[in-house]
Amino acid sequence: MKKYGKFAALIVVILGTLLWLAVAGAGESTAYYRTIPEVRKMGTNPLKKKVRVLGDVEKDSIQRKGSEVAFVLVADNQRLNVIYSGSEPLPDTFRDGAQAVATGKLGPDGAFHAANIQAKCASKYTAKPGEFKTTQKVPGAAQSM
Amino acid sequence: MENLGSLAVLLAFCLAVYAIIGSVVGRLKRNPFLILSAERAVYSVWFLVTVASGILVYAMMTGDFRYSYVAQYSNRAMPLAYKFSAWWGGQEGSLLLWSWLLATYSCVAVFTNRRKLRDVMPYVVAILMTTQTFFLILNAFVVSPFKMLSMDGAITAVPDGNGLNPLLQYPMMRIHPPTLYLGYVGMVVPFAFAMGSLITRQKGDAWIHTTRRWSLVTWLFQGVGVLMGASWAYAALGWGGYWAWDPVENASLLPWLSSTAFLHSVMMQEKKGMMKVWNAVLVSASFFLCILGTDLTRSGIVSSVHSFAQSPIGKYFTSFLALGIAATVYLILDRLDYLKSEAELESVVSRESSFLFNNLILLASCFAVLWGTLFPIISEYVSGEKISLDPAWFNRLMIPIGLFLLFLTGVGPLFAWRRTSTESLRRNFLWPGVAACALVIALIVAGIREFYPLISFGFCLFVALTVIAEFYKGARAIASKNQMNFAHAVVELTHRNTRRYGGYLVHMAIVLMFIGWTGAAFNKDLTTEVKVGQSFKIGNYELKVKEIKDGDNENYTWQSAVIDAYKNGEFLQTMEPRREFYKASRQPVGRVDIRRRMNEDLYLNFALLQDGKATIQAYVFPLVCWIWAGGAVLIFGTLIALVPSKIKLQYARTEVVGITNKHVQQVEQ
Repeated sequence: MKKYGKFAALIVVILGTLLWLAVAGAGESTAYYRTIPEVRKMGTNPLKKKVRVLGDVEKDSIQRKGSEVAFVLVADNQRLNVIYSGSEPLPDTFRDGAQAVATGKLGPDGAFHAANIQAKCASKYTAKPGEFKTTQKVPGAAQSM
Repeated sequence: MENLGSLAVLLAFCLAVYAIIGSVVGRLKRNPFLILSAERAVYSVWFLVTVASGILVYAMMTGDFRYSYVAQYSNRAMPLAYKFSAWWGGQEGSLLLWSWLLATYSCVAVFTNRRKLRDVMPYVVAILMTTQTFFLILNAFVVSPFKMLSMDGAITAVPDGNGLNPLLQYPMMRIHPPTLYLGYVGMVVPFAFAMGSLITRQKGDAWIHTTRRWSLVTWLFQGVGVLMGASWAYAALGWGGYWAWDPVENASLLPWLSSTAFLHSVMMQEKKGMMKVWNAVLVSASFFLCILGTDLTRSGIVSSVHSFAQSPIGKYFTSFLALGIAATVYLILDRLDYLKSEAELESVVSRESSFLFNNLILLASCFAVLWGTLFPIISEYVSGEKISLDPAWFNRLMIPIGLFLLFLTGVGPLFAWRRTSTESLRRNFLWPGVAACALVIALIVAGIREFYPLISFGFCLFVALTVIAEFYKGARAIASKNQMNFAHAVVELTHRNTRRYGGYLVHMAIVLMFIGWTGAAFNKDLTTEVKVGQSFKIGNYELKVKEIKDGDNENYTWQSAVIDAYKNGEFLQTMEPRREFYKASRQPVGRVDIRRRMNEDLYLNFALLQDGKATIQAYVFPLVCWIWAGGAVLIFGTLIALVPSKIKLQYARTEVVGITNKHVQQVEQ
């Protein structure tokens, strides 16, 4: 049985290491989904976890200053100022009216500082059969690969 | 036409159901006519699905905008090739493509085995057609591609369609989805044979021999599909990332990981009669991960950059997965007696053990990726709180796993079966080990201090040398014995055992890819606003903006920045990243320009034009080309492994001739 002991020991070591890596690193990698009022309530405690907010990009709110991009996220008539200063360029789908997911923390200036932004073109226009007029184009249904 | 399409799908559905019932009843009642008619039904299903697909593609090509699908994913000005690839541009069409590929695979599987495995085939047909039925239900009743646009009760056409998403109007996107689907769908065949042989209580490994080619080809398509996706993301998304642990990317990786484990562990079963339960589990897991992958991609249950659309098909997939997994688990547990291992593990330093650890690691990584991908769903279910994990979490876990796998790639094939002597360890590993250490020391001296890249480069050299040594030793022996020149001897050596040496080539491909991935540790990037005539620097490159051009065609308008690239003062070439604005979908998209070289890529993205100032994002990506080179070697190596070996190697091995209860009891004691 000694050789099975060796196998068991090796397997335990490997799986243990992986489990440790998975759990130990999870803290800084997690982001909680929150609504805009919930983000406001959390305040600006810098130790708080990262959060994810979903909303629509308000029309004409996108302003680019150097590598920084500021815009307003709207969900259920609640507005949130967002500042993005990440290194990755914003996706092409990020524009007026697009749905966006911002990941980051609320800063002391009252704006939400996002480290990452995902966007998709608005899917609320997805045509329901028989609902649109022939003069109108079928606007952007969300497409995927 | 559209009615004919709907009718074809509906008829195909009926015939698929008939094929299931016909083959099972025919097998139970021993009625060969019923079995034969069920097999013919499979061919008819293929014909009908082909007709339906043909009608959809025809509508797409001719721009029949009465179809809601055509209006959503095609427009008049789109090039013909993209009108064709709009077949898989959206939900309904891509599920129809799934159905069609599955029908095609089923036909080939039934045809090539029409005189073989008569016992098992009815169940194989039943399993293939059950999957087919599931997809035809989706095609016919849930997300039919033959929905028409109507107004006031009359079918009407729109003047022009919405157009394919511009990100998908990219050459790689014409072949990436079908390639990946060929991999996804193909997994159903080995699964069907494995289950068929379990249901009929087959002894021996007939299903493994029958499906070896299937598994290998399927695995190749999956791997190439994943790589194509990565190279599309690299060139199309504008920031040079080829992997971001996005749920849809993960979904494509999962079945690849489990089928890689499967390809390795079947060798244990073929040569030693071990790990039989494990193989049955792996082939099933790979199949269900393929279905899950389609589910994740198509239903959008996990939000992803690629598929945000919420759709009703999620619950159908969940039911199919739940039923399928339950049936498979029951079947494997019920037939455990037929899956007894014929040998035992002997030593930690042996080929068996290296396979064991290879499987353990691949499965662990598969589970980790699955866990991370589904974490938002799991956490919401458990704690009511939706929590997502970022790419850093995946990297922290997957980089060490990947490096350990790379190490096993080098040592595993050189361990002997049963146990390995210290002498052979020293002979095989001394020089590669010394060379790898020397390389690491040289890199430290050269100024590289990051831990993982050092380890990775060291392992890469180590594995590459062990592989080259295998070829060299074998070929030298053949060359001196047969008076051949060395190059001829290498070909001869490979031809004698294509599986082994094709496998080595695939290992070499993995090494090349690791070199490419490691390069990512040394990426440079810069975002800058420049006017015409100004220049900026990144790394050794100096970039000068010469002019901004614009233009217009039927499909889109565009602007481009003409940029001269210099390296150390010497002119290299003119680069021209563009921005295109697609008229039909009213979406902008950046088209980057990349100067690809083996040492590093220079990558320019034209992000924005505002007040006469262009925002240019410039990147230097070292060694990225090695990933794609690795992909080419991967294809080559796998193709070689598919060529039949010149010499059939005979392995001394035990074989189960029959199983009696007495024997089973003995083993249990």
